[in-house]
Amino acid sequence: MSQLSYRDALNRALDEELARDDAVVLMGEEVAEYDGAYKVSRGLLGKYGPERILDTPITELGFTGLGVGAAMVGLKPVVEWMTHNFALLALDQVVNEAAKTRHMSGGQFNVPIVFRGPNGPAEFLSSQHSQALASYWVHVPGIKVVAPAFPADAYGLLKSAIRDPDPVVVLEAEMLYGFKGEVPDEEFLVPIGKAAILRPGENITLISFSKPVHLLLQAAAELAKEGIEAEVIDLRSLRPLDEDTLMASVARTGRAVVVDESWPAASVGSYVAHRIATECFDLLDAPVEFVSSEDVPMPYNHALELAVQPSVQKIVNAAKKALYLENPHG
Amino acid sequence: MSEWNAELLWKLRADMVLMRVFEEKAGQMYGLRKIGGFCHLYNGQEAIAAGFASVMDYAKDYVLTGYRDHGHALAAGMEPKAIMAELYGKVTGCSRGKGGSMHMFDAQRHFLGGNGIVGAQIPVAAGVAFAQKYRKTGGATVVYFGDGAIHQGAFHEAMNLAKIWKLPLVSVCENNQWGMGTSWKRVSSVDDFSIMATAYGMRGELVDGMDVLEVRDAALRALAEAREGHPVLIEARTYRYKGHSMSDPQKYRTRDEVDEYKKQDPILILETRMKEEKLWDNAKAEAQDRAAEEATKEAVEFAENSAEPALHTLYEDIYAGEPFFMAPSGQPV
Repeated sequence: MSQLSYRDALNRALDEELARDDAVVLMGEEVAEYDGAYKVSRGLLGKYGPERILDTPITELGFTGLGVGAAMVGLKPVVEWMTHNFALLALDQVVNEAAKTRHMSGGQFNVPIVFRGPNGPAEFLSSQHSQALASYWVHVPGIKVVAPAFPADAYGLLKSAIRDPDPVVVLEAEMLYGFKGEVPDEEFLVPIGKAAILRPGENITLISFSKPVHLLLQAAAELAKEGIEAEVIDLRSLRPLDEDTLMASVARTGRAVVVDESWPAASVGSYVAHRIATECFDLLDAPVEFVSSEDVPMPYNHALELAVQPSVQKIVNAAKKALYLENPHG
Repeated sequence: MSEWNAELLWKLRADMVLMRVFEEKAGQMYGLRKIGGFCHLYNGQEAIAAGFASVMDYAKDYVLTGYRDHGHALAAGMEPKAIMAELYGKVTGCSRGKGGSMHMFDAQRHFLGGNGIVGAQIPVAAGVAFAQKYRKTGGATVVYFGDGAIHQGAFHEAMNLAKIWKLPLVSVCENNQWGMGTSWKRVSSVDDFSIMATAYGMRGELVDGMDVLEVRDAALRALAEAREGHPVLIEARTYRYKGHSMSDPQKYRTRDEVDEYKKQDPILILETRMKEEKLWDNAKAEAQDRAAEEATKEAVEFAENSAEPALHTLYEDIYAGEPFFMAPSGQPV
């Protein structure tokens, strides 16, 4: 067991998969000579050479589409987007090409490609560089979407994504690149489509993915001080969604708080809340609570940007509301 | 002309006649509502697909195109039956009735679609060429698109990538002079698309897209260069006889304009050349016409007699791995 940063765990996954399969190539802006804008690809150019670690021009649509074509004829490209904010320029190639090619060809072509890069609010970056865009990908059949919150999951899910025969979008949490955690030294995979129960509890289920999972753990610790045992679920995979784990937990606790740092409408969080409300209707003791970011573009000012996002206090308040312990608004 | 042998010229004629006859039939069947949705016919542009197909090595080369793809699918050697059945939405279609007119695919024939988003196939084609170079297959990729697509960022981004990575890519702009109902002259900064190649340090060439032998010549040059890592841009100037799609009333152009271009018909031009070369044979031409009509008739019969896809197939062909569905309806189909 080693302490690895989220960044280094991703680096290790890339390194191992590049070594394992010469069909794997990494391309994106600054991934080679600069070692990656967030240093995720550090050292890979020296090890695998410029044929496999490719600096691209700043043309997200172009190199994303190029990756799709290469995947159609047998390569396994890993396309790094410097951030998911810029991936919006490549939306067409993901939604209309990567996700649809297998279907439109009647199953003749696979598109084994990974799209990855940082997602979610960062700090002091204002509206265009600090967005949580999971919904854009999760909406689309034909792709898979994962969102690790810990170094071990970042490692294991990225390896699974690279080996997957279908397109996989990896949402990396920009604020977690430096976060360190235990990662077993021996090789392992984390299967796509399995949630993790991080903390067992019988009074309420707290659910999220990516960076806010860490807020759930803090909120659960706060609630424990008041004798409330919260079960914490990290979805890890957003498409497919591990509804079995989710519903079994809510069936036990009868209460749920769903947290998503995206905007509230048409988000993964609102969808998960809807699914729980539908599937566990008879088992719920309270309406499902939902904590999202405020429905505003991200402001630059630090106090304002923090106020926009889910917080430990907002989650604790939502949990207490679901437990009828207090009305946080009254 | 000495390089043209009779067998080649007759083959080019047969390919173009099959495209013409097939498309006429597709248009008829669309009128009878056997075919739905968008249906973009290739009439008038046949020399481009036929000319390129005649020099490609489908064992290692690949083709991608836009939504006007029936002619290209035929040129790549796909079965008329599988194409017509796809137009009918039948399960025997090349894409199992999932793709329709705009999305013909054939993995074995290295025909990678059939793309409905204007210009989106160009970066994808660059990726196919990237894989060919990476694997040192010696193959090249030919991507077709129209005069509308050339203004998309996808084209310009892909040209730059093709050049900096020395990809074996031949990009063919089929300028049929009408981007849907908009004359290309109204929306283009240049009056010769081939000069756009210079912006990317590539060779560009304007070719008469109505003359299959000229197209073939240009294709030979371009493919040879592409295989050496020098991507090429070709503008093939052509004209489409039919509307943008079957639902286009064509109020933007005159009947006289269309008739004028029909005098430069690609099949007519080739036939004239064959007569000049004393290679013409009325009986052989009639036999080719009959063969095309027979193949098309068989294709229609095949499509008519094929089964509709079973409803459960709507859940198929989405993931190569274990299939899954968000919020399944729970209603067995």
